[in-house]
Amino acid sequence: MMVRSILEPAQANYWLMQGQTLFLILHILGVACFSYIVAKRMTPLLRGQTDARWDRPWTRLGMVGKFWLGQWKQPRYRGAGTLHLLIFAGFLLLATRAFTVLIQGVSVNFVMPGLSGEAGHVYGIITDYAATAVFLCMVIAMIRRLVFRPARYEVPPQYGQARTADAIFLLALIAVLMAADGLLEASKAAFQTQQGQPAEFLAVLSLAWMLKGALLSTSLPLLQNLHLGSYVLHEVTFFFLLCYRPFGIQFHVETSLFSVYFAKLDRGTLKPVRWGVSEEHLDEVKSFGVKKFEDFTWKHMLDFYSCADCGRCSDNCPANAVGRPLSPRFLTRKAREYSFQHYPVLGRADQGPNLIGSIYSEDEIWSCTTCGACEEECPLLIEYIDKIVDLRRGMIDDGNVPQSLQKPLKALESRGNAYGKMEKKRADWVKPKEFQLACNVPVLEGEQRADTLYFVDSITSYDDRMQAIGRATAKILDHIGENFGILGAAEKDSGHEVRRFGEETLFQSLRDHNVEAIQATGVKRIVTSDPHAYNALKHDYKNMPQVEHISQVIAREVKSGKIQFRPVEDKNNVYTYHDPCYLGRHNQIYDDPRDVLDAIPGLKRVEMDRSRDRSFCCGGGGLMLFYEPKEDQRMGVKRVQMAAEAGANVLVTACPFCMVNMEDAIKVAGLEGKMTAIDLAELAEQQLVRKAPAAVEAAEVAGMQPEFAAGR
Amino acid sequence: MTVEMLVCVRRVPDTSENEIALNREGNDIERDDLVYSINEWDNYAVEEALQMVAKAGGNVTVVTVGGDDDEEILRREMAMGANHGVLLCDEAFDGSDGKGIATILKAFVQKGHYDLILTGVQAEDGGAQVGGMLAAMLDYPFASLVNSIEVRDGKTLKIGREIEGGNKEMNEIDLPCVLSIQTGINEPRYVGMRGIRQVASLPVPTYGAAELGVEAGAVGASGAKVKRVDYFAPALGKGARMLEGSQEEIIDELLELVKAKGGLK
Repeated sequence: MMVRSILEPAQANYWLMQGQTLFLILHILGVACFSYIVAKRMTPLLRGQTDARWDRPWTRLGMVGKFWLGQWKQPRYRGAGTLHLLIFAGFLLLATRAFTVLIQGVSVNFVMPGLSGEAGHVYGIITDYAATAVFLCMVIAMIRRLVFRPARYEVPPQYGQARTADAIFLLALIAVLMAADGLLEASKAAFQTQQGQPAEFLAVLSLAWMLKGALLSTSLPLLQNLHLGSYVLHEVTFFFLLCYRPFGIQFHVETSLFSVYFAKLDRGTLKPVRWGVSEEHLDEVKSFGVKKFEDFTWKHMLDFYSCADCGRCSDNCPANAVGRPLSPRFLTRKAREYSFQHYPVLGRADQGPNLIGSIYSEDEIWSCTTCGACEEECPLLIEYIDKIVDLRRGMIDDGNVPQSLQKPLKALESRGNAYGKMEKKRADWVKPKEFQLACNVPVLEGEQRADTLYFVDSITSYDDRMQAIGRATAKILDHIGENFGILGAAEKDSGHEVRRFGEETLFQSLRDHNVEAIQATGVKRIVTSDPHAYNALKHDYKNMPQVEHISQVIAREVKSGKIQFRPVEDKNNVYTYHDPCYLGRHNQIYDDPRDVLDAIPGLKRVEMDRSRDRSFCCGGGGLMLFYEPKEDQRMGVKRVQMAAEAGANVLVTACPFCMVNMEDAIKVAGLEGKMTAIDLAELAEQQLVRKAPAAVEAAEVAGMQPEFAAGR
Repeated sequence: MTVEMLVCVRRVPDTSENEIALNREGNDIERDDLVYSINEWDNYAVEEALQMVAKAGGNVTVVTVGGDDDEEILRREMAMGANHGVLLCDEAFDGSDGKGIATILKAFVQKGHYDLILTGVQAEDGGAQVGGMLAAMLDYPFASLVNSIEVRDGKTLKIGREIEGGNKEMNEIDLPCVLSIQTGINEPRYVGMRGIRQVASLPVPTYGAAELGVEAGAVGASGAKVKRVDYFAPALGKGARMLEGSQEEIIDELLELVKAKGGLK
């Protein structure tokens, strides 16, 4: 028998055409087709609004290293995350191999520079295993989708059809690609082995290795045909996948790198009404916010393409959990479908209808508490809050505001607080006699000066129950010897929720008023007990002195020794700490409040399943207290039930809005008498070891009790 | 068809944002620290006019009798979408009673041409007088407590009226006419500072008694036949009881009382 070499695809004749020519044509066709589709997909981005994403390249490269290359968020879902890590690593490793195979279709002896000789063999072994891993992952992923069906992939009827078939099809295509590559190698190796020629070493137990084993007794002509056929299969599958991906969720393979590079870098901030338009020129902007699709920025449009439909956002969204008509996953998916429909690959782009009323409902957009759980979870760092706020700005601009929100907004405009209370009563919370005896809180007006400003904000100033948080905060500041005061009637609402509800003009007026009032006091520091005010002062206001939340102050003074705590009275109480969204997720203050609790002797603390960056929103603050959502259940009720499940009977939080929602929820959930809610500042103040004589202390403590016992 | 509409509006102390207290003389409320807004019923009337114009075409003019401070609410309604705002302002108008206001408005109506005139059912600090009087003075048909309007043709409207007890009656009414609008007829749109700023430079013409041809003696304090002689918060009568204590205690006591009177079984 004459020994002959296997014919490579480039050398072989496919029907009437030489392989080399055929594959050159197919390559060019495939690349051209892909380029055309991508160019079409970029059209809306070019018509979108500008976005400031070209700054801080090194930080952005760092983000790419961590979140794209490092897949940082993936392990938050153990199973799916591990699968994705393997597939992603496999794709990265196989990229070079894929290009080599493609080029070899045109040029037989092509070797990727640096991968000749030893390195090539090592790389070959790596890719054998990588392809095998990817293949197996595809099989597992298909089984997950078909058999185990994780709940977060389900599509509720109001959001359209499930895409299981599409998902399976794409997974299968990748599996076919891996198999074709394995067969290409295996058929050649089996051929060469049968001929007694040196064959490329195939990694033991890899897909190619197993296929080779199966093919060792196959006839040479069949092996030759398998070799040539598997190349065609590889070619066709590769380019089909490439061109099919931009039509669905797998487009993230191409776009995720850019989405992550251009991701939002500053937590807690909001995008301006229009990038590149200063506030002085805002009056010249004809329309505020997002009304039509092209009002989104190009980055936000890119987000729509990048979403992999993994469902993690909605799995963590409290609005979705309580049956509000909002699911971040579908917020994105509906926008993607809208863009595909109105910017088709074939045919001309047309002007679609306004988003509200076509793909989004008003209630959907008002349902968001801006808690940030979705953004925290998204592996691709897709933004939601800025989009929601932009859509709200659009509705506000059109006068499209629920009646329940119009009164508080009007009151904020005329009185500086959502409750319509008189400005002159803003400092009334300091007036109770027993408090005035214990603590002096000067209003910083006229010649009255202080180092530190306690920014109280509206709810703590006016709400009977929350005033206790204000007094506890003031007593703590007084205890540590802080030279502080308040703005009193000169303070207006921080406007944090006003801004997040899309009323930018009103927010700016509140902010300008407060900035002027704060600057007039000449304070060096600001302390607040309200995380929403904290976030506003820190991120929405400019040129503010240093801002601290009271939990940070307490934690620091516990370390310094200025604050010492008495042991808890009731050793049977089990405490749990609820992270307020604007302290935790938006400002990363997780440890200070916990350190304070752990510094109280004898305090037994447990963590809820959802804690720290997975904390579950209480129901939202500020204007959200006025909004009447469509929901099956209150978020707060779910949250207090989580606390009960964790075995806690005292729920500690550090936000007056959380307190409103938690105390209401305790009643609604029927946990009254079984669970209490207390603010961190209240608890800390209650447990303070005072420098005052014991008798006075006892009297004060006794005096304090009714304040905490009184419900709302 | 297009409809030329006039909505008569009024600026009132906002009851939800003020703590209303009597002044020392006891003849009025303390007005130092008040914030004002448009009378709620009037706001619904303007929204209804805007929605009708959006469907049928035409113009909406808002008019108020008052001083310079009242221009604020005209601007607010213009920001909502009203095409014109007119201020009827004259020292001679001060102290007008309901009939005086209606007289001034009548004079303004007769200067122009309006198919439909809307007022609120009542003002938060008023007596639901002006709409009916204005209609009578103009010899126009009038319907009060209107909670739905449908434009039939150029000559008639089909309107719904709220009847005590929750019933509704439907009427046909000939144009031109005067309707007093009940709250809840629509959902008024929101107007923020930005909207008001955008109409800040639009002119708001002011007309005085001379321009309107109103005889000074027929309006204002001198022409008023109804005069306020006293203003007070009524003393608690017998049978009224204030429950005291914490919220829980109040609720418990209330439940007991309702049960005792047979309200709960």
